[in-house]
Amino acid sequence: MSRSAGSTSSAAEAEEARHALAAFGPEARARLLAPLARRFGDLGLAEDSLQDAFAQALRTWPETGVPETPAAWLMTTARRRALDAVRRERVLAQKLARLRIEEERAPFPSAGTDPAETALTGGAGPLGDDRLVLFFTCAHPGLRPEDRIALTLRFVAGLTTEEVAHALLVPTATMQQRIVRAKKRIRTLGIPFTTPPPEDVPARLHGVLRVVCLLYAEGFARSTGETHVRDDLTADAIRLARALHRSLPGAGEVTGLLGLLLLTEARRPARLAADGTPVPLARQDRDLWDPALMAEGIACAEAAATSAQAGTYAIQAAIAAVHAEASSSDATDWRQIAVLYRMLEAHEPGPVVRLGRAVALGRALGADEGLRRLDALASDPVLERFRPFHIARGITLEELGDAEGAARAYRRALALGGNDAEDEFLTSALA
Amino acid sequence: MKYALLLMGHVNDPACGEDGGADPEEFFAFDREITAAGVVLDSFALEDPDQAVRVGTGDDGERIVSAGPFAEVREFVGGAYIIEVPHLDDAIAWARRSPASAAGGHVEIRPLAPY
Repeated sequence: MSRSAGSTSSAAEAEEARHALAAFGPEARARLLAPLARRFGDLGLAEDSLQDAFAQALRTWPETGVPETPAAWLMTTARRRALDAVRRERVLAQKLARLRIEEERAPFPSAGTDPAETALTGGAGPLGDDRLVLFFTCAHPGLRPEDRIALTLRFVAGLTTEEVAHALLVPTATMQQRIVRAKKRIRTLGIPFTTPPPEDVPARLHGVLRVVCLLYAEGFARSTGETHVRDDLTADAIRLARALHRSLPGAGEVTGLLGLLLLTEARRPARLAADGTPVPLARQDRDLWDPALMAEGIACAEAAATSAQAGTYAIQAAIAAVHAEASSSDATDWRQIAVLYRMLEAHEPGPVVRLGRAVALGRALGADEGLRRLDALASDPVLERFRPFHIARGITLEELGDAEGAARAYRRALALGGNDAEDEFLTSALA
Repeated sequence: MKYALLLMGHVNDPACGEDGGADPEEFFAFDREITAAGVVLDSFALEDPDQAVRVGTGDDGERIVSAGPFAEVREFVGGAYIIEVPHLDDAIAWARRSPASAAGGHVEIRPLAPY
């Protein structure tokens, strides 16, 4: 559709159209993509048609003016494009026929006990909301873990391939290939664009939460490299957690994850000293903690704790909330934290959780007890190679006045891999 | 979508019907259930992997016929279903329900290639 010769469109109108389209950021793009992907059951088709719709808007809006509801215009245009593509291609047509059959199937019988299930099966219809469906598709256990993260960033968070590549420190060409292969895998395996059957919801939801949590963790403390904290990825993870929480407000684990991320985020301004080295929790200036994020995080943690499905994320949010509510490290209710770690261990046994409990007990009962608890874990092959374990031991030994033992622990920590900011912290502790 | 559910066993595990092995009755019950659901296009069970004859090609390029058991075989296909269901989650649900995915075995889900 080329502009007619007698067009009266001016540069100002073209500028207005460009401006209106530029207003569609990652979040808005993701909201447009989700219903298309769900309806047509194909990420590639959804993407291409949406891109076509944007291109068409750029051509026609300068002449027709920006429509009253640009999102609706784009959606209608993209859907029409996708239908055209389906009609052109026999394989896609068959696929669509199959999708129609699926949509006519009876809604999932609701067990009615899990709020996540109720939200999935009720209200927005048997298939739940489109964004949520895309979360489940992109975090499907039939996909490789690293692909789940890339797909979630690309299609649920709405990032471009270049942005995903940048966020995950992968060359753009590599990321492009990876996403193409993952999309092919979704198609070949027949991974559905539906919410999982009710009996699978808790496990599948856990998989979705894990992707969001890993994204935040990746942004928060990269294992190697120059900067300790990467803003974009942590912001994307929180945005995704908020979107999940909007879809499943009654699911305790979702609320717990959001609370955990908000409380961790709230502490970030105090996490790094002016020279960029990380500041341990005990020495952080708590006036730097973000009060708004703190309040919202604590509210989430409290809501999650009273939920019937309180699991690992709800407990971790509770631990973060206990820290948040203390005016100083000494004023922290470390016994409460030790209890919460024991609960966490029941849900998710592992050496890192045992380490958390040992540190909390040391704080509650004294450095002597802390060292005894830490040394009892020293033979664990995971903790042996886990930097924070040796840092915790170093700090405890320092408190007990054993400078030599502390130096040995810090040197051991330094010998293990980590990021540059942590290296600086350890080097200065050793100096 | 059409999927093959490959019911896999491991040579170190007790065979179906043996002490500690899967109860054949469970397989019969599963077979009745999945057949009644109308999703089965085809199915088969195989004799034990040591009851096998292998036809391959030797270094000289000639076909060679050899008799099992084959020492290097650890995991083997004990049987399979070809099913037609809307998507992967349905195939997973059937694999989950199969006694073949209980401890000691697993079910491999493979989409049929459209050739």
